[in-house]
Amino acid sequence: MSEEKQGKLDLNRHDMPKQSPEMRRHNFNEVALGYTQELAVAEAKRCLQCKKPKCRTGCPVEIDIPDFISYIVKGDFKSGIKKLKEKNCLPAVCGRVCPQESQCESQCILKNKGAEVAIGRLERFLADWEATQGEVDIPLKAARTGKKVAVVGSGPAGITVAGDLILLGHDVTIFEALHKAGGVLIYGIPEFRLPKAIVAREVEYVKKLGVNVITDYVVGKTRSIDELLKEFDAIFIGTGAGLPWFMNIPGENLNGVYSANEYLTRMNLMQGYRFPMSSTPIRKHAKVAVVGGGNVAMDSARTALRMGADEVRIIYRRSHSELPARAEESENAEEEGVIFNMLTLPVQYIGDENGWLREIECLKMELGEPDASGRPRPVEMPNSNFKMKMDAVVCAIGNSPNPLVPSTTPGLETTRHGTLVANPETGKTTRDRVWAGGDIVTGAATVILAMGAGRKAARSIHEFLTTGKQ
Amino acid sequence: MNRVIERTMIVPNMHLLTLEAPEIARKIQPGQFVIVRADDEGERIPLSVADWDIGKGTITIIFMEVGASTGVLAGLTAGDSVATCVGPLGNATTIGRFGTVMCVGGCYGIGSIYPVARELWYAGNEIIMVFEARSSYLIYWADRFVHRAAKIFTITRDGSLGMKGHITRLTDVIHALPKPPDRIIVNGCTYLMAHASEVTKNLGIPTVVNLNPIMIDGTGMCGVCRVTVGGTTKFACVDGPEFDGHEVDWKEFLARRKQYTNEETSYFRHSDPKPILHREGKCHS
Repeated sequence: MSEEKQGKLDLNRHDMPKQSPEMRRHNFNEVALGYTQELAVAEAKRCLQCKKPKCRTGCPVEIDIPDFISYIVKGDFKSGIKKLKEKNCLPAVCGRVCPQESQCESQCILKNKGAEVAIGRLERFLADWEATQGEVDIPLKAARTGKKVAVVGSGPAGITVAGDLILLGHDVTIFEALHKAGGVLIYGIPEFRLPKAIVAREVEYVKKLGVNVITDYVVGKTRSIDELLKEFDAIFIGTGAGLPWFMNIPGENLNGVYSANEYLTRMNLMQGYRFPMSSTPIRKHAKVAVVGGGNVAMDSARTALRMGADEVRIIYRRSHSELPARAEESENAEEEGVIFNMLTLPVQYIGDENGWLREIECLKMELGEPDASGRPRPVEMPNSNFKMKMDAVVCAIGNSPNPLVPSTTPGLETTRHGTLVANPETGKTTRDRVWAGGDIVTGAATVILAMGAGRKAARSIHEFLTTGKQ
Repeated sequence: MNRVIERTMIVPNMHLLTLEAPEIARKIQPGQFVIVRADDEGERIPLSVADWDIGKGTITIIFMEVGASTGVLAGLTAGDSVATCVGPLGNATTIGRFGTVMCVGGCYGIGSIYPVARELWYAGNEIIMVFEARSSYLIYWADRFVHRAAKIFTITRDGSLGMKGHITRLTDVIHALPKPPDRIIVNGCTYLMAHASEVTKNLGIPTVVNLNPIMIDGTGMCGVCRVTVGGTTKFACVDGPEFDGHEVDWKEFLARRKQYTNEETSYFRHSDPKPILHREGKCHS
């Protein structure tokens, strides 16, 4: 590795070893392999230990980044992970799926030199190191308060709230609708990006802290929020954004047209890729188009490749530079052989006589003036229609919040986007003793933002439980 | 985990499964369903609920053994348990005072329409019950309807009981009544619901069907259960499962239900022998 130095600055950002594209496109194992101890220490040494670390301000949960990095430099990984966990109870997850390039790392002073410290990789290193050390230390719990808290949803927001409140001495029960806890980390993000064993470990950890996790329980159906309020002193709603959007174009209900939620859930939660060993089937398609440009679209496209598709395309209505996916993910997809059809909009799906998708009709787009999101508006080019032969389409254009809880809870106010109205500082909803956070409040966002919201809500719930103030 | 209280084959290939599920029993309404996963490798399948007992904390499901997942369920015995039983899901049947309501049940739908008929009867409706089956020996629970239904009709494919023929003979049933029913509710296989809806559309009688598409989560997350009703896409799990039978796009619905037929049969071809395949048949016990 070349040692590029400029003054005292080490500008050699260390790459993380990865499975080669040729190899990884045929397996579901994790793509990124993580730093070795040597690499981690070398990368940690590049941190300038700024007096006023800007990286911290880029972190939604304000991790003491230079502090934990300094422990890696000393080789004191145990203290490093402890420091990290003071602010982030899911470091193995965040180290993998956080968009560090637009958060902590974007603020790093070395970013100006194009060599920001790989904070995310270091975070991941510590979490993975801890996992190899056997039993995880259980922090000291406060004396029991006798107060009971129900957490609805076991995704990143719910796990954070539960983990925080159990340590403060409250009784915590998580209700999860699916049969496995973890929310989007389990059903949505594929094994090759976030191994399920890591999520399971985090769930086991909160269970070990004493959190009661009840799966197969649909709050809003099995019991309503009002019924739960009779038994629990406070409720946190973290039900996420799980209602898939479709484009409402002709042919969308043909066989072979999936929502990304369905496609990924079949693969991840239901282990469809092991079929027939697992009993949830997934069709093997030769040509798969994925509509959308976010991380979920990349996950779907890369899953299709691994299922043995010959041709996988990302169809996105803007251009490459507007892709909402993390650069790392779209690069991985491209390396693995996913074809990118940019500035393209599907307008119709065409099927055969048995109701199976055969072709998709698209329009070419060009970029116009910026729209409300600040990105250039995609404009249809007239008479640019063309068709592509496809066996499957995965629609990955986003999700809105699941209305199950809001629609069964009188007095719980929602916005016109279907998200819950909640105080951004506390997570307090319009209902007495009910808090909310994560995607159900913000609309589909990131794991770390959901955790940040969970942390704030836990603080506010704790205050209420101890002082009666909400 | 939900304990199996009872599992019996009530007519050939049709099973009654009673599960311990106190919270669901307390909450469930006619027309709702549960999602069941037999074991840890199991698929999540939606099943209509045919009865429940709040006191005992149990729910009863009637299902037909059609493939791998129902095959595993059919192999359960009392004392076993299923990995998942979650619900009640979907919306309850609209219960009102409609006047005369004709309930049409076939296959597993004889079971699932029973609580619907019961509730409609409590609400003061006159109930006309129509059983549909290939043959008389496939009809079950007839005794349960006797004291609630003002009239009972039967249509069998082989003519072994009642009228001979297909569900299209529903026209003759309706003509045999002094006046057409005010509402018809149909539970059963897709063919039954589609053809019954076709008949009643011509007669202009409001018809409600309880759809049974493929589902994964059953809470609106995956969208595999989408169905076109009146030209718009609905999710059967959260917008249904009951819809106006005259507005459902049946051709699309049928195609969507058959999506995984190939894979389901390949499961039988490739997987290790499952205990269920070696289970002794109890068809005539």
